[in-house]
Amino acid sequence: MSKSKGIIKSLFEKPWEKDQIAIDNEHQGQTLSLSKYKVGLRTIMVVSTVIFSLFIVAYSDRMLVHDWRSMPEPWLLWLNTGVIILGSLVFHFTKLASDKDQNDKIKNGLYLVGFLAYSFLIGQLLAWYQLMSSGYYATTNVANAFFYLFTTLHGLHLIGGLYFWGRTTSKFLSKNSKVEDVKHSIELCAIYWHFLLAVWLVLFGLMLFT
Amino acid sequence: MSDEYEHKLEAKSDYTTDASTVGASDIDSVPEAEVADQELYHSHSWWTTYVFSQDAKYIGVQYALTAIGTGLLGLVLSWLMRIQLAFPGLGWLEPAAYYQFVTMHGMIMVIYLLTALFLGGFGNLLIPLMCGSRDMAFPYVNMLSYWAFVVAVLVLLASFFVPGGPTGAGWTLYPPQAITAGTPGSDWGIILMLVSLILFVAGFTMGGLNYIITVLQLRARGMTLMRMPLTIWGIFTATVLALLAFPALLVGCLMMTLDSMLGTSFFMPAMVSLGEKLSYDGGSPILFQHLFWFFGHPEVYIVALPAFGIVSDLLSVHARKNIFGYRMMVWAIVGIGALSFFVWAHHMYVSGMNPWFGFFFATTTLIIAVPTAIKVYNWIITLWRGNIQLSLPMLFSLAFIVTFLNGGLTGLFLGNVTVDVPLSDTYFVVAHFHMVMGIAPILVVFGAIYHWYPLITGRMLNETLGKIHFWITFVGSYAIYFPMHYQGFVGVPRRYFEIYESPYIETSTLLLNQFITIAALIVGAAQLLFLYNIIVSARLGKKSEKNPWKACSLEWQTPQMPPEHGNWGKETPKVYRWAYDFSVPGAKEDYIPQNVPPSEVTGAKVEKT
Repeated sequence: MSKSKGIIKSLFEKPWEKDQIAIDNEHQGQTLSLSKYKVGLRTIMVVSTVIFSLFIVAYSDRMLVHDWRSMPEPWLLWLNTGVIILGSLVFHFTKLASDKDQNDKIKNGLYLVGFLAYSFLIGQLLAWYQLMSSGYYATTNVANAFFYLFTTLHGLHLIGGLYFWGRTTSKFLSKNSKVEDVKHSIELCAIYWHFLLAVWLVLFGLMLFT
Repeated sequence: MSDEYEHKLEAKSDYTTDASTVGASDIDSVPEAEVADQELYHSHSWWTTYVFSQDAKYIGVQYALTAIGTGLLGLVLSWLMRIQLAFPGLGWLEPAAYYQFVTMHGMIMVIYLLTALFLGGFGNLLIPLMCGSRDMAFPYVNMLSYWAFVVAVLVLLASFFVPGGPTGAGWTLYPPQAITAGTPGSDWGIILMLVSLILFVAGFTMGGLNYIITVLQLRARGMTLMRMPLTIWGIFTATVLALLAFPALLVGCLMMTLDSMLGTSFFMPAMVSLGEKLSYDGGSPILFQHLFWFFGHPEVYIVALPAFGIVSDLLSVHARKNIFGYRMMVWAIVGIGALSFFVWAHHMYVSGMNPWFGFFFATTTLIIAVPTAIKVYNWIITLWRGNIQLSLPMLFSLAFIVTFLNGGLTGLFLGNVTVDVPLSDTYFVVAHFHMVMGIAPILVVFGAIYHWYPLITGRMLNETLGKIHFWITFVGSYAIYFPMHYQGFVGVPRRYFEIYESPYIETSTLLLNQFITIAALIVGAAQLLFLYNIIVSARLGKKSEKNPWKACSLEWQTPQMPPEHGNWGKETPKVYRWAYDFSVPGAKEDYIPQNVPPSEVTGAKVEKT
């Protein structure tokens, strides 16, 4: 009886009717049949999506002004895009491995994910360096400023993700830990990694095509 | 703390209802919990109990005290401004100081007082208790949220002590003037303000996560969404709004910080300052206005919706009558919340926009009056034939209805583009937003504090002091803001730091300015009575019985009052009804708490809502 319903749907309940009272008395107090961590992650992703969307709106608005000079995309960004796609893929397989309790695969997967994430961050910094040494500073043109802003925010999101990746990994590596203890964390981290990949693809695409 | 009060509702045998035909064990049936009980963090020292507390009740009180403390500073700033306005000849304030005080007063009151108090304060105190949970979903994150707020406040206050002082750009912080030389605090003050806001948003997001997830996922058994008290609905919806609206403020603040510190041109157009061409080019100040008001208008409802919810509960409890049209009230809260994202540009009618754009926003603005009016009607119908107790929470709630109605009606004027244009930037606007967003929510805050004070301290606030406080505050705020409507009509502009007699300014304006200032000083001083009452009653107040207002909602049904860590003793409550079963025909008492099973009140006939 504890089947959860959507929030919108429950707005149309008639809690004073006898049948509904019987149903309501069986209610378990949970609206969505998800863990609180998963709801938390989703909320965070919604808030981040709003932030990035507003930046994209600002970008599109600012683009129309006469002084806009599009920035060239250094080749390094393509490499970084490859790295972050790979990171997402590896996390996906790590998640699949955790469903099957394959300890070694999980361990290697987690290491690889961390390595790829740090490589991505270093790659982004190198891209900054490349741009700055060719004279594309944030103050030179606002298009450059948007690039630095986007990459910084995306990078900060990834660093936040790495914090939870680190917690999960060290928990998994500690003695007497079982796959069960980290299964959920791995799933959530993997979702977040896919989310950050999607954000990056949208931002990179936006900068490529404008 | 007294246990004398034992609520027991006996079944009346001479009533036969559908429910009583089955055995008690059947009608009470609530299955054993399928969801595991929440694990709690237990503090071990004084520091982790009272300072770095992870208990939502303590965090709520901490939030409230910090917010009220900051709000008192905002109050003092308003006194200083009023003295300057009433007696411009004294040379009381420099122009720069006046603008700095205007800015800080606005920002403090809207964000650091009202938002923090309603969501951080009442949200933390009431969500777990009213939903029947042991604590918030993520207590540690909740603690971080409070301390981020403290740091945000400290950074804000630090701006008083940096070279150039706090920013004087007005609470809307419009570029380019906010970061251009000539505006007070354009170097350091504005940066500290922006950093403080960014910290506030970060802290709030952590808190908001808790409020939403606790309401959605950690309620007591039997507590469906449509059985939640309206207070929770208001706080919940306001939190959703805040999580969607604060990002706009964050984005605007981040880009302006870069414009100011690095010299980027997100918002800064090409301009000449002090005869010199600045390095900025092409930025769009209007873009900032859109971002700011995309946050700023929902912000009004972030403050108003919890107030709506709380006042609904206060009216119902103190009129001993169920809230009229509960489902409609929930829909109105959700509807207002959704609409609030489509009206922002009505703050920008004079910024220059396509007339169709203005037409669209005028229409949406007036549509929002529909759910709001539904709420006002429902409050009034709730009172109709109620057993109205003129207790302090009721007095403040009644005052709220009148004040909110007043502010709402002047909103109809300002929402129409053609009427707004001559009225914009006059004292009519000042009167409007203070009535609707200053006085009205603050009256609810007072009502709520008088109502829930016993829950926090176990003692009652002094009634006589409270009555004096109420009448001075209520009558006094009308003495302050009614004349401002008139001043606005005769064209007195806002934001002028001195107004002398001139061909454009009526003599009455000058006299009214003095009258308003005296009223403001008196009303402000009356708040000292309130503070005195709060501080002294915590130790010396009359001991409160358990559930002193005979309310139905869960926060009063904890085994101990004030509730202890974990709130519910051994087992979390089971809920069998909504929070408004007052004066139910057939029931022995005039209220049936939410956790009283039907077998104990078989005679009661629950009415349709």
